[in-house]
Amino acid sequence: MKADEMRRKIDELKALADEERPDISEDLSRLASKLQGESLAAGGMRAWDRVQLARHQDRPTTIEYIDMMSDRYIELHGDRSFADDPAMVGGIAEIGGTHFTFIGHQKGRNMKENLHRNYGMAHPEGYRKALRLAKQAEKFGRPVLSIIDTPGAYPGISAEERGIGEAIARNLKEFSVLKTPVIAVIIGEGGSGGALGIGVGDYLIMLENTVYSVISPEGFASILLRDTKKAEQAASLMKMTAYDLKAYGIADEVIPEPEGGAHNDPDLVASRMKERVLAVYGRLRRRRSDVLLKDRAKRLEAYGHVRGG
Amino acid sequence: MPITIREIVQRVIPPKTIRKRHDLALDDRSYVKKKHACPSCSSHIEEDELVRNLYVCPGCGHHFRIEPTERIRILCDDGVFDEVYGDLIPENPIEFPGYEEKVQSAQQKAGAREAVQTGIGRIDGRKVMMALMNFKFLGGSMGSVVGEKIARAMRLAAARSLPMVLFAASGGARMHEGIFSLMQMAKTSQAATLLDEARQPFIVVLTDPTTGGVTASFAMLGDITLAEPGALIGFAGPRVIEGTIKQKLPDGFQRSEFQQEKGFVDAVVPRNELKSTLVFLIDSSRYKR
Repeated sequence: MKADEMRRKIDELKALADEERPDISEDLSRLASKLQGESLAAGGMRAWDRVQLARHQDRPTTIEYIDMMSDRYIELHGDRSFADDPAMVGGIAEIGGTHFTFIGHQKGRNMKENLHRNYGMAHPEGYRKALRLAKQAEKFGRPVLSIIDTPGAYPGISAEERGIGEAIARNLKEFSVLKTPVIAVIIGEGGSGGALGIGVGDYLIMLENTVYSVISPEGFASILLRDTKKAEQAASLMKMTAYDLKAYGIADEVIPEPEGGAHNDPDLVASRMKERVLAVYGRLRRRRSDVLLKDRAKRLEAYGHVRGG
Repeated sequence: MPITIREIVQRVIPPKTIRKRHDLALDDRSYVKKKHACPSCSSHIEEDELVRNLYVCPGCGHHFRIEPTERIRILCDDGVFDEVYGDLIPENPIEFPGYEEKVQSAQQKAGAREAVQTGIGRIDGRKVMMALMNFKFLGGSMGSVVGEKIARAMRLAAARSLPMVLFAASGGARMHEGIFSLMQMAKTSQAATLLDEARQPFIVVLTDPTTGGVTASFAMLGDITLAEPGALIGFAGPRVIEGTIKQKLPDGFQRSEFQQEKGFVDAVVPRNELKSTLVFLIDSSRYKR
C-alpha cells in the first residue's frame, strides 16, 4: 500500500470509528503505525540499527514497564523446586482496573545489575517459575501479560544440567492450552527459544525498535555466512524487525516509539503499551475459553510455509 | 471439545499414502558404503556385519547414526512403511539467498525430500504412527516442512487412535527459514497436546545428536523418553557452551547417560533391545477405563 493510499484509508476508517466501533479503531492504530513504519524505513533505519536500539543499555526493562503501567504490583518469586531466577520475573499487577499475572525476562541497567540478572538469560527455573505463575493465572481467570526481552536462554552448564530444553518445551506445550488469555509484548530482544519459551499466546505486540529471531545476527553470520563480522548483513537477511514480523503475520501489531527509541520517553511508551494491552484484553476476555483455545491452536497451526500436500 | 470438520475429515478420508518396502536387497542408494570405520574405536567393519549388528560396532558398542530407511528396516514388520505427507516440500519464506539450491543438494545427498519421514508402520503387529528424523538432510534441521509433518502426524495419530513413536535427530531449527523455523517449536508442541486428549502414548527416542530447537520442543514432550546409548542430547551445543564458559566440557557431558542421571531421560536403551522395549511400552500404554 502506498503512503497516500494508506492515509486515505485512515481517513475513511476514522469516519467509521467515530460511530464507536472499537474493532475499527484498532485497525486504525495498526494502519497508523504501519504508515509510520513506512516513513521510517524511508528514513533509512536499517535492521542493524533496530538491533542496536533493541539492545540499548538505557531501554526500559520489564519491571520498569510493569511499574509504570500498573497502579500496584507485587513480584512473586521462585519455581518451587530449585530456586528463584533473577533473569525472569513474575507477579501480579493491577493495570487499568484488571489484575494481570505478569511474567517477563529481566535485564539489568548497568554491569552490576546485569551480572545479577544474567543479562536477561534465564535458566530452567526461570521458565518453570513463569509456568507456575501462568497456571495460577488460569486458576483465578487472570489474563497473562508476558514481557519478552532476552538475548536467549542461558547457554551454560548449569542450564543444561537442569534441563533448559525440557523447561522451554514444557512451556510451549502448556501455554498452548492455557485456559486464560495470554498477551505477549516484545520490549527489546526476542532471542530465539528463550523468547518463545514465554511467547506462546493469543496476541503478540512488538515495540517498534525490537527484534525477534531464531538466532542472534552474530550467530547467523557465523553459521550461515561463515563470518562473525557479517552480523549487520545477517540482521537484514534474517527479516527480524518488528515490521518484518508484522508483515509475516507473526506479530499482530507494532507500537510506535518516540524519536531515538523507547528510552527517550519511557512514560509515553508505557502508556501506549497499557492502552493497547487493555484494548486487546477487552476483546479476548469476551471469548469463551474453548473458543480462545481453538483460535490459539489455529494461530499456531498456521505458522510456516510449505508446498504440496 | 466438539469435533471439528477437519478431525472428521481426517478420520474418514485418509491422507495420500505411499507404501514402500524397505528391503536391503532393494536398496539402491549408491552412497551407502561397503566398509565402515567405527568413529569411536576406529575398528574396520564390513557392511554385512554392521547390518547384522543393527549398525552397532561389534567391538565397542558405538551406535552408528542411521537413516529412516535403516530404522524402518530394523523396526517395522517386513520393512513395510506407509508414508504420509511425503509430498510436502519447503518454500523460501524469508527469501534467503541460495536456500532453494541448498535444499536441492540436500535432497540429492540424502535421497529424501525433507529431514523427517512420517507414516504408519507395524511393530510386531502393532500399528504405530512414526516420525523419523534424518540428520543427513541439512543436519536434521527443523523448518516449516519438518514442523508441519510432525504436527500433522500427531493430529492423525490422535484422530486414528494410534500410538506415536518419534525418532529425534537434529541440530535444531533451520535458520534459513528465519522466524518461521522458530515457530515450528510452538506448532509441534501444541500438536502434542492432541495425543494427550486422545490418550495415545507419545514415545520419543532421542538419537545422536538431538540439540537446539528440537530439544526445546517436541523431543522433550514424550510421555516416555528413551535414548540410544552415547547420543548427544542438549539445548545449546557443546561448542556454544564452551564459548560461553571459555573452558572445555567434561567427558560425557550432555550424553544420553548424563541426561538419564540428571532426570531427563527415562531409559537408555541399546538398539538391539529397542523393538521389544517399544512393544512393551505401547502395550502397557493402552488406556484402560
